[in-house]
Amino acid sequence: MELTDSNNDLRYMEGFREGKASQALASQLEELGVKLEENQKVVRVMEVCGSHTMAIHRYGIRSLLPDNLKLISGPGCPVCVTDHGFIDTAIELCRRGVIIATFGDLIRVPGSEGSLAQLKGEGGRVEVCYSPLDALALAEKEAQSEVVFLGIGFETTMAPIISLVKRAKEEKLSNLSVLTAFKLVPPALKVLVEDPEVAIDGFLCPAHVSAIIGSDAYSPIVDQYSMPCVVAGFEPLDILLGLKELTEQCCDSKPQLTNQYARVVSNEGNLIAQELIKKYLKVSDESWRGIGVIPESGMVLSDEFAYYDASKRFSLPIPEGKVIPGCRCGEVLKGQLSPPDCPLFGKGCSPESPVGPCMVSSEGSCAAYYRYSRFS
Amino acid sequence: MSDRILLAHGGGGRLSEELIATEILPRFAFGGKQGLPDGVTLNVSESQLVVSTDSFVVNPLFFPGASIGHLAVHGTVNDVSVSGAKVAYLTLALILEEGLPMDTLREILDDIKKASVQCGVEIVCGDTKVVGKGQCDGAFINTTGIGFKYPEFDLSTAHVKEGDVVIVNGTLGDHGMAVMAFRNSMPFQNSPKSDSAAVNELVDQLRPFNNQIKFMRDPTRGGVASVLNEIVSAQGFGIELDEEALPFDKRSRAMSEILGLDLLHSACEGRLLLICSAEIADEVLSLWRDSEVGSGSEIIGKVCGEKDAGRVTLKTTIGGRRIVDMPHGELLPRIC
Ligand code: SF4
Repeated sequence: MELTDSNNDLRYMEGFREGKASQALASQLEELGVKLEENQKVVRVMEVCGSHTMAIHRYGIRSLLPDNLKLISGPGCPVCVTDHGFIDTAIELCRRGVIIATFGDLIRVPGSEGSLAQLKGEGGRVEVCYSPLDALALAEKEAQSEVVFLGIGFETTMAPIISLVKRAKEEKLSNLSVLTAFKLVPPALKVLVEDPEVAIDGFLCPAHVSAIIGSDAYSPIVDQYSMPCVVAGFEPLDILLGLKELTEQCCDSKPQLTNQYARVVSNEGNLIAQELIKKYLKVSDESWRGIGVIPESGMVLSDEFAYYDASKRFSLPIPEGKVIPGCRCGEVLKGQLSPPDCPLFGKGCSPESPVGPCMVSSEGSCAAYYRYSRFS
Repeated sequence: MSDRILLAHGGGGRLSEELIATEILPRFAFGGKQGLPDGVTLNVSESQLVVSTDSFVVNPLFFPGASIGHLAVHGTVNDVSVSGAKVAYLTLALILEEGLPMDTLREILDDIKKASVQCGVEIVCGDTKVVGKGQCDGAFINTTGIGFKYPEFDLSTAHVKEGDVVIVNGTLGDHGMAVMAFRNSMPFQNSPKSDSAAVNELVDQLRPFNNQIKFMRDPTRGGVASVLNEIVSAQGFGIELDEEALPFDKRSRAMSEILGLDLLHSACEGRLLLICSAEIADEVLSLWRDSEVGSGSEIIGKVCGEKDAGRVTLKTTIGGRRIVDMPHGELLPRIC
């Protein structure tokens, strides 16, 4: 990939961070705020995805919104919803001499007792990868050892991790397997709408996940629950536009499915990735940290590829982990608690010594608040 | 505190700060050297000396834009300079790994020589040790710089007040990005280049402004965010940066976007952060911009009053406002 010094490469990005257009949108939102005020309404929008949460904080978007438009951060950070049991299993594998290959954010996530980072400090082999294919190179180099890649994520990361399995099979690499905790976004949204304790008026739907599953995947949420769903990109203008659309729909009580990110997301999604997912994976029940087991909300390697499933290879079923006392990540992930209202926030729980995963991941809502919005 | 040294203890962020505060300062800080600052002022007869020491353990030894040799000179020269002194002498200690090719050593020494001549500093004494294979990474270098305090400056955060401005001499975070791309063999062509450079010439140009010059620092590990947070910590003022005005190299910018990193957290090796009164800002800019090391100078922020005491904020391109925090732990790329 060539990084150039020309302005053209950044134009596509900078155009969506432009000041004047953002301020115009902010003043339209302000007007909508007045309208809401007149109708004595408050609109509560959940941004489902961790990347949205981070962008909202990074650009100070909250500071531009009217008071009666509330943003609630949802469970869309894959690291945050990875259950303790998964980390415990990875730690156990590492203790048995397996080399763990993982994306960076996961190594500091606390399991029931300790994290992979601590284990690494004690001499455990934990290697940080930038791409799943780094694990392939690692397995080739360490032919005498077992290498397990930690395959977590939503629909977005499934295809790249599947290509790892595909390559391992093609190259007959028998020392590589994947410990999976894949999660599906739509079933989680359904659980949230059905939970009487979670009051949401609309969803700001993820950008990258939607590029894979297509915007049509949210139709059932709109149709069955009359819940406005707007797919939006991760740039500040995308987000402001998405919020404006959602607020309008709530003002007019006309819930719809709107795709604001049509430059990347199509109605049907990425068919090639979907094909791969269908071939290699099968739907399973999945445990979400803080939320519990959601039926048919995960994916595991299908029987044909079960050989590459680390949990099967090492006969280590992933247990349900113990909840860390005092951590209220579950409520944060469901949007019931704003991070600063957790008694541990900034007092005992900070990015240096995180108690819960929402503080570890760069996309966790507690970390986002801590880093960018600690104004009090 | 963890019972083992973690990577983050050397990362320039909060854990580093904690380690220094609890383990190092109580053991070593005494008398005039209270707080072990980057530069210490000693009274020697009529003139005041500024002394600063630094060790360089960068891996790899050579990377786009510079080498460990350049860093060893620039790093120490900059530490002395931002203490408001004219740097005059350097000591040089080398720790070399058995088996290091002689040509590599020559290249490093050439870089040291070139860099020191360029900033007009004399290397006055040295030491060389060799350790067994695997006991160091090619070469480690320690340099100590000695300079004479300029009488014109009275640098202290105590002089900083609301309305003062923050100026930097060029693009931010390039060194961190350059080393990261190179070390991890990231598949970028035309990768970012280190900004390693000496800023002593820029400090020298500030002398006529006397006490209008309030404070200076050179942001290294932990980037501009770290240094600014250290400056405002426990003070009655804050600093607000203007995102529109932040100078970034396009290649570093593209790389940081791809990896989800914040360039304000990324290391610089040739940058000078200056806090001065607003009246002289334009004059400083035009002086600095005439030289190569200052050609990219910009006013990047301003000092805010009581209400924002102790914190660094950023006015974003879209007009929002957020906190600029210290980096936490290692720089880790996002996962999705
Ligand atoms: S502040 Fe810490 S303990 Fe509280 S919910 Fe967030 S991550 Fe969990």
